[in-house]
Amino acid sequence: MTTFWSAYIFVLTGITIAGLVGLIHFTRKMPGSTDAEETTGHTFDGIEEYNNPMPKWWLNMFWLTIIFGIGYLIYYPVGNWEGIGKWTSAKQLAEETAAHNEKYGEIFERFASIPVEELKDNDQAIRMGQQLFQNNCALCHGQTAQGYYGFPNLTDDDWLYGHSGAEIKQTIANGRMGQMPAWGETLGTNGVKIVTEYVLKLSGNSHDEVMAAQGEVIFSQMCAACHSADGTGMAALGAPNLTDNIWLYDIPNQDLATDIAITITNGRAGNMPAWQGILGEEKVHLLAGYVYSLSN
Amino acid sequence: MQHERVEKNVGLMAILITVAISFGGLVEIVPLFFIKDTTEPVAGLEPWTPVQLEGRDIYIREGCYNCHTQMVRPLRAEVERYGPFSQAGESVYNFTFQWGSKRTGPDLARVGGRYSDEWHKAHLYDPRSVVPESNMPAFPWLFTNEVNSENTPNKLKALQTLGVPYTDEMIATAADQTRGVKEIDALVAYLQKLGTVVTGR
Repeated sequence: MTTFWSAYIFVLTGITIAGLVGLIHFTRKMPGSTDAEETTGHTFDGIEEYNNPMPKWWLNMFWLTIIFGIGYLIYYPVGNWEGIGKWTSAKQLAEETAAHNEKYGEIFERFASIPVEELKDNDQAIRMGQQLFQNNCALCHGQTAQGYYGFPNLTDDDWLYGHSGAEIKQTIANGRMGQMPAWGETLGTNGVKIVTEYVLKLSGNSHDEVMAAQGEVIFSQMCAACHSADGTGMAALGAPNLTDNIWLYDIPNQDLATDIAITITNGRAGNMPAWQGILGEEKVHLLAGYVYSLSN
Repeated sequence: MQHERVEKNVGLMAILITVAISFGGLVEIVPLFFIKDTTEPVAGLEPWTPVQLEGRDIYIREGCYNCHTQMVRPLRAEVERYGPFSQAGESVYNFTFQWGSKRTGPDLARVGGRYSDEWHKAHLYDPRSVVPESNMPAFPWLFTNEVNSENTPNKLKALQTLGVPYTDEMIATAADQTRGVKEIDALVAYLQKLGTVVTGR
C-alpha cells in the first residue's frame, strides 16, 4: 500500500474520532451545570422527563473507547505505517510455526533417522503416523486403512507397488499413476469373456475350463506384459497380482466375473496423489512407517 | 439542553449518521480497490478454463459454498491442516469470491491435487461410500447431466468485461471445449485446480 492510502486512512479515521470527541463535547451536559430540576419540557399525563446529565461512568466508558481506538490505530499496521507493535498476521504465523517447529522438530528429526521398517516398534511414531493418516489418507483408504472400492486395502499383504519401506514411502511421497488400458474394442465381447474366465481360474474361482483355456492364449499375448506370464503382476508398473483373489474393483454383492469383465472392457486408472509437497518429507516418513506397521 | 441540537434537527442528524457509516466503508473498503495486494493476480494465476468455469458454476448452483469455504486463514492450525494461507491475489478472477470462515464442511481452498479424480467422483456420487461419517448430500444427477455448452462463451464474455484476461480466441473455442462434458467432470476439473497456484509450505 502506498503512503497515500495510509494517509487516507489516518485522515478519515482522525476526522471520525475528532467528530466523536466534538459530538460528545458539544452536546453533553456537565453535572451541576444547570438546575437539577430542569426538564425536557415533555409532559405525558402529568409525568415529566428530567434532563439530567448522562451517568459519569457511562460517559467515561465512551471516552475510553475513543482512547482505545486511537491506541489501536497507532499500534496496528496501516499500509506503509508498520504500527508501533510491528504486528502482521504473516509474522505471527511465522512465529507460531517457528515455536511449533522448535517444540516438535526434534521429534520429527529423531524419527527421520529411523528406517521406515523399524518405526513400527516405536509407539510414539506409530501414534503420530496414525494421526496423520486419519487427517490425510483416511478419506480414500478408510479410517482403519481397510480401503474401499477402487482404493487399496493397506492392511493386507497384497501390494500394487511393493511393500518395502522405501517403496511405500515412494508411493506416498510422489504418488502413483496406475493405468490399465481398455481392451473392450480389441478383444470384443467374446474375447473379454474368455479372458475373464482365465482370470477367474488364476485366482482359483469357479470358471469354465474350456473358455479359460482359450483365454489363456489371449492373456499370454495381451496381458502378460504387465501382469506377467503367471499372472502374479509387476510392482514396477503397479499391475496387480491376479492370483491372490484380492480385488481392488469388486463391487459388493456383484458377481466377480462381471467386475472383472468391466475392468477388462473399460480399463482402469488408479491415481494416488503425491503428498511430499503437501506434507513434507518428515511426515511422509512417519506415514510410511505407520502404513508399513499395518501389515507387519 | 445542548444535545437537542442533534436530536431535534433531523437534517443534521442524517448528515452525521451518513458520515459515521460511510467513513467506515471508505476506510475499510475503498483502499482495497486500488492497492496491488488485492487487485493483482498472484504469479502464475490463470483464468479458469471453460470446463473449470462450468464446474465453478455447478459448485455455486449446488450451493457447495453453504458448507465449504475457500479461504485458509493465516493461523497455524489452519495452515497445518489445509496448506499455505490464501492470498487475495488468488481470487482476482473469481466473481464472486468464495471466502469465508463458517465451516460446516472442510475448507476447499487447497483441495486441488490432494485426492484423485476417482475419489471425488465416488464421494460426490455417494459421500458415505468413502467417508462413512459424512453428512454431505449426494449429487448423483451430476453424472447424467451435461454442461450447457451454448452458454459457455457468454460466461467468458461476461468475465472478460469484468477484467478477466480471456482472449477472443478463447471465447471462440469455449463451446467446443465444454460440449458433451458431464457436469461431474467439469466440477472435478474445477476442484482439482483449486489452490494449486500457490504451493509449498
